[in-house]
Amino acid sequence: MEAFTTHTGRAVPLRRSNVDTDQIIPAHWLKKVTRDGFEDGLFEAWRKDENFVLNRPERKGATVLVAGPDFGTGSSREHAVWALQNYGFKTVISSRFADIFRGNSLKNGLLTVVLEQKIVDALQVLTENDPEAEITVDLEDREVRAEGITASFDLDENARWRLLNGLDDISITLQNEDQIAAYEAKRPSHKPWTLKV
Amino acid sequence: MGRTLAEKVWDDHVVRRAEGEPDLLFIDLHLLHEVTSPQAFDGLRQNGRKVRRLDLTIATEDHNTPTLDIDKPIADPVSRVQLETLRKNCADFGVRLHPLGDVEQGVVHVVGPQLGLTQPGTTVVCGDSHTSTHGAFGALAFGIGTSQVEHVLATQTLPLARPQTMAITVDGELPDGVTAKDLILAIIAKIGTGGGQGYILEYRGPAIEKLSMEARMTICNMSIEAGARAGMIAPDETTFEYLKGRPHAPEGAEWDAAVEYWKTLRTDDDAVFDAEVVIDGAALSPFVTWGTNPGQGAPLSADVPDPASYEDASERLAAEKALEYMGLEAGQSLRSIKVDTVFVGSCTNGRIEDLRAAAEIVEGRKVADGVRMLVVPGSVRVGLQAVSEGLDVVFKEAGAEWRHAGCSMCLGMNPDQLAPGERSASTSNRNFEGRQGKGGRTHLVSPQVAAATAVLGHLASPADLSDADTRTPAGV
Repeated sequence: MEAFTTHTGRAVPLRRSNVDTDQIIPAHWLKKVTRDGFEDGLFEAWRKDENFVLNRPERKGATVLVAGPDFGTGSSREHAVWALQNYGFKTVISSRFADIFRGNSLKNGLLTVVLEQKIVDALQVLTENDPEAEITVDLEDREVRAEGITASFDLDENARWRLLNGLDDISITLQNEDQIAAYEAKRPSHKPWTLKV
Repeated sequence: MGRTLAEKVWDDHVVRRAEGEPDLLFIDLHLLHEVTSPQAFDGLRQNGRKVRRLDLTIATEDHNTPTLDIDKPIADPVSRVQLETLRKNCADFGVRLHPLGDVEQGVVHVVGPQLGLTQPGTTVVCGDSHTSTHGAFGALAFGIGTSQVEHVLATQTLPLARPQTMAITVDGELPDGVTAKDLILAIIAKIGTGGGQGYILEYRGPAIEKLSMEARMTICNMSIEAGARAGMIAPDETTFEYLKGRPHAPEGAEWDAAVEYWKTLRTDDDAVFDAEVVIDGAALSPFVTWGTNPGQGAPLSADVPDPASYEDASERLAAEKALEYMGLEAGQSLRSIKVDTVFVGSCTNGRIEDLRAAAEIVEGRKVADGVRMLVVPGSVRVGLQAVSEGLDVVFKEAGAEWRHAGCSMCLGMNPDQLAPGERSASTSNRNFEGRQGKGGRTHLVSPQVAAATAVLGHLASPADLSDADTRTPAGV
């Protein structure tokens, strides 16, 4: 995973609530067996409308998505995170994310930042009025900065440490392999199994 | 202080707990399907890792599988590659697989319980958000992303922060004609699509205790639509009765030991939930959705709401966009909404009781002109059971299409899709824009409402059917 320390970029303001993962990446894209090449599927249905914010020429190259509340609801598809990353987004700001989407994003180095709705509103107004306005998301200082706006955000220390260092969860867990083995040794024998091995 | 059901199951699976770290939880059962696993197996290969516990892992094919002509090669080359990838991955790593054509194939959340693999007090994960279904057994079950699928394959554990707990108590008794689907749609409309976020829900109270296992699965299945990763129901005699004798249920002394443990899996009287919601079950009636998220629902007897009636600006905007997408007018009665397609199936309502309920209503009646009704059993076993009871004949005689098992039109990854602008009454779980096909419009309903809607051609409950004008006369 790529480490995330601080990022500055132009933004796409997306004024919609309850953007579910079926909107972020429709199901027919889920047939791919790789982690890349999802950029053209991102918000596919909405992008058919040439006025959709992502299609506007002034939003080209934007890397910060400022989203409405309850972003990423619905299906657990990690493809939603890959699609955002493949398109070029480094971070998504919202007042509330769906749990599974949030977990998926942090495991892939896409920083999802939770801010109060009124600050999200202010960032949307700012970037709607000025497409050149930049937003900085600073994970070291846990702070979002833009013209006239400074807001701190929370992220649990463990997730922050993993992101800052780009650490892979599996290697961290396998450092505790002896504890997994000890747990396995005392599991009750009535627990189900799928296969005699 | 006492503990809740969720806390007990959680505590029993902690492999490692350390200050400032998420708990490392042991996973008892890992279910795999073709969509969310290929990149995870690739990750294992790249790092030279094996599947740690093949004996706790099982795979099936469901999202992409066709429901017609299953003996022929799959027409869509991309779907075919995904299924072939799963087959290769399972063969390479030694994972038990039930592919298309196998008698145990079906929607992953129907297959686990019917094999008896889903048991009380277990932790169950799958790269699919409707894994919450398995919570009906008092299991802690939740959907995970592909990175976590890889993590479980490699370590049989997951690092997780413990969610809070929410009690959803359903008092009273559900009136006749009100089903588990109506209840869960009403719960989601009440607490909202984000209402359960950060919580494990525990459904409890007299109305829940009376439900069958299949009805409980319908409830827990849609916990995710309220934003909760998991929903649970304490195991009881209904649970034990369902499990006894299933292929993977314990036997003999193991059964006794298991039941003794399972009986401890109840929220203690002095346990405290972080949040509580109370629903009056007796006040409910058939419930349907009118919008584009599962929280946008109302009793069937109501009208399409006026967006202007919402105080919250973002809810108002969401309602406006939903009505536009759905092609509905504020104030029109929900019963006046005509449909093109009726879908009975999915991990929400594709089990035998659901098919029986729908068949009972269409028996001796005809699907309305211009309406297509698709009946897709949740698994091959469910399909075989239905055939043994003659339900397939009932559906076919009514003019419905009887199909092979799979996820089918719930998410339109296979050829079963709505055309742009088409409208469905669907027993599935998501009414998102384009979920059942680009431009398709979905109303979520119970199997009973689906069947009555198929007969009348507009959203309806069985009570709207009149024997005189819709039943085929006796002897004809």
